[in-house]
Amino acid sequence: MTSAGAASPPRSQRARQGLSTAGLLLPAYGWLLLAVFLPLGAMFIFSFLKTTPFGSSKPLVFTIQNYLAFVNRPYLVDVAWTSLQLGFWTTGLCALIGLPAALALSRATKGRFRQVVFLLTILPFWTNGLVRIFSWTMLLREGGIIDALLHLVVPGAGSISLLYSFPAIVIGLVHAYLPYMILTCYLAVDSIEDGLIDAARSLGARAPTVFATVILPLALPGLISGSILIFVPVIGSFMEPRILGGRIGVTMGTVVEDQFTQAYNWPLGSALSFSMLAVVLVIFAIFSRALRGRMLDA
Amino acid sequence: MSRLDRRQFTLMASAGLASAATGLMSRAAQAADPVKTITVLNWQGYGTDEAFGLKAFAAATGIEVKHDYYNAEPEMLTKLRTNPGAYDVVLVNSARDAQAQADGLIDAVDLSKVPNAAGLADAFKTNPNITIDGKTYGVPWVWGMNALAVRKDKAAGIDSYKVFQDPAFAGRGALFDDAVTEIAVAALMTGQNINNPSDMKLIGETLKSFKKDIKLIWSSEDEWNKAFAGGAFDVSIFWSGAITRAVHLHNQPVEFVIPKEGAVGWLDNLCVPATSTKKEAGLAFINYMIDPKFYVQWATSGAPASANSAAMDMLPADDLNKQIHKPEYLPKLQFMGALPEDRRQAFNDLWEEVKAGYAH
Repeated sequence: MTSAGAASPPRSQRARQGLSTAGLLLPAYGWLLLAVFLPLGAMFIFSFLKTTPFGSSKPLVFTIQNYLAFVNRPYLVDVAWTSLQLGFWTTGLCALIGLPAALALSRATKGRFRQVVFLLTILPFWTNGLVRIFSWTMLLREGGIIDALLHLVVPGAGSISLLYSFPAIVIGLVHAYLPYMILTCYLAVDSIEDGLIDAARSLGARAPTVFATVILPLALPGLISGSILIFVPVIGSFMEPRILGGRIGVTMGTVVEDQFTQAYNWPLGSALSFSMLAVVLVIFAIFSRALRGRMLDA
Repeated sequence: MSRLDRRQFTLMASAGLASAATGLMSRAAQAADPVKTITVLNWQGYGTDEAFGLKAFAAATGIEVKHDYYNAEPEMLTKLRTNPGAYDVVLVNSARDAQAQADGLIDAVDLSKVPNAAGLADAFKTNPNITIDGKTYGVPWVWGMNALAVRKDKAAGIDSYKVFQDPAFAGRGALFDDAVTEIAVAALMTGQNINNPSDMKLIGETLKSFKKDIKLIWSSEDEWNKAFAGGAFDVSIFWSGAITRAVHLHNQPVEFVIPKEGAVGWLDNLCVPATSTKKEAGLAFINYMIDPKFYVQWATSGAPASANSAAMDMLPADDLNKQIHKPEYLPKLQFMGALPEDRRQAFNDLWEEVKAGYAH
């Protein structure tokens, strides 16, 4: 709605516009309030309680003990570090695979073929998470499909079993979250005009230079939004670590899940979640400062 | 709100009121005619709602058995508290018996009024978890054990939980992701009471010493079966009831071992709610539930072991349930009992720490 340049509309019309804007925004903000802020706010209050506020008639006791968990339970620092490592590995691998895939989609496909490839890209979204993970257990286990294929090619090779290891968790997570990266990168890459690349080439730039100086900077917004979309849920993931990680699969996600489902300690669970949220925000703050500095240099 | 909306709303509201009213009326009708129906509170698909049993019981007594289900033990206690008089029989695990008794939710049972109780093994009849001040709160019904499941060709000579510290089983072990069970295992190994261990530090050290052997911490029977079939581990903490299913349904080459340190026992009891108005009929149903004739038929569709020795005796000799749940194991069991909230929390915290230690 642009009224720029035109004479400013009469007051009644402006009031009506304001009303309709408010009316249009109301559902979205109402929903946001109901579905995000209220439950999150409740969880935030729970995180300062001593015990879960259901199923007991005891009076509520407030405490900040739950936020001292990382001090009182030093082993949680290792657990948090595992989660961050999972986040960095998964996001990094998704970027490594996702950007070239997006480039290929945008530059080398068209028409129906592109639609088919798109469909295949989004397919992991449409499959149930548990089914996806359990199918990976069949692939990764000793004597599993990958193992059997290897023996078909190299009969004398030792057996490989990736299941119940750190790489197994990363594989499962990359499979689950790669579509985010491909889609965000595709949006960024697809809007790069051919003329820019032609101009770079005509000035003598070879492919690596074109990639580093033209495509990569222009794809950066896609890479960043993809990374944010992936990093946050990976930090909190619990299904993949539990099923693919075996003994290794203890992450902040599984610890928080245990507090809610087994230990029935909602306050500790929510305090741990909010602590991790703070860590993630700090990491983003550092990255965004570094990125802004780079962009100003360029 | 348009007129149509308002009309629909009124319709919906009156429908809601009407159904609530009929609900009240039917409850009043039930109370007026007590011998016709009783209501059982239990897990769904857990014995009391077997169709053949309900039919036979109705034929014998004229009493129709209705059901209400719970999905968690706290929910069971809440339902008993908030619906006084609604239930006539309730299934209570021995770990919750003391709590239900202390809250005045269940009555003591005079076992002499339950003829089939004569066959109950002494370990159950006088189980400390259900015997409070010399009275028995509930009729022992079915039971099971958590102990060792070992791959058949590796089972020779294994008679101790120390197998989890054995270098020969490095990376070949699995534990159940449950704080109460695993702390009980370490308590058995160190000669402590599983429900109130005196030395939690020792328990933590014992569990941490399993690290090199533990490959997997499983959390569902399905996960266990898939991983065992895939050869992920050879020895695990497992449930006695799940062993029979692993052998029968999945053809797993697995053996159940009760180690010399003992095993963790659980016991499900059928209890009479204190607020029931049809206690006689409830007891009659409980008597039928521990009847060997009912049990033997239920056993064909995968029942847990019966607490009634007479019922177990009637199973065919090659029945796996019978072979696993031997009466001579009973004295070696420690039964899971009530845990105060702070102790349960301490168990969970310790188990969380142990798991984090396994991962790093």
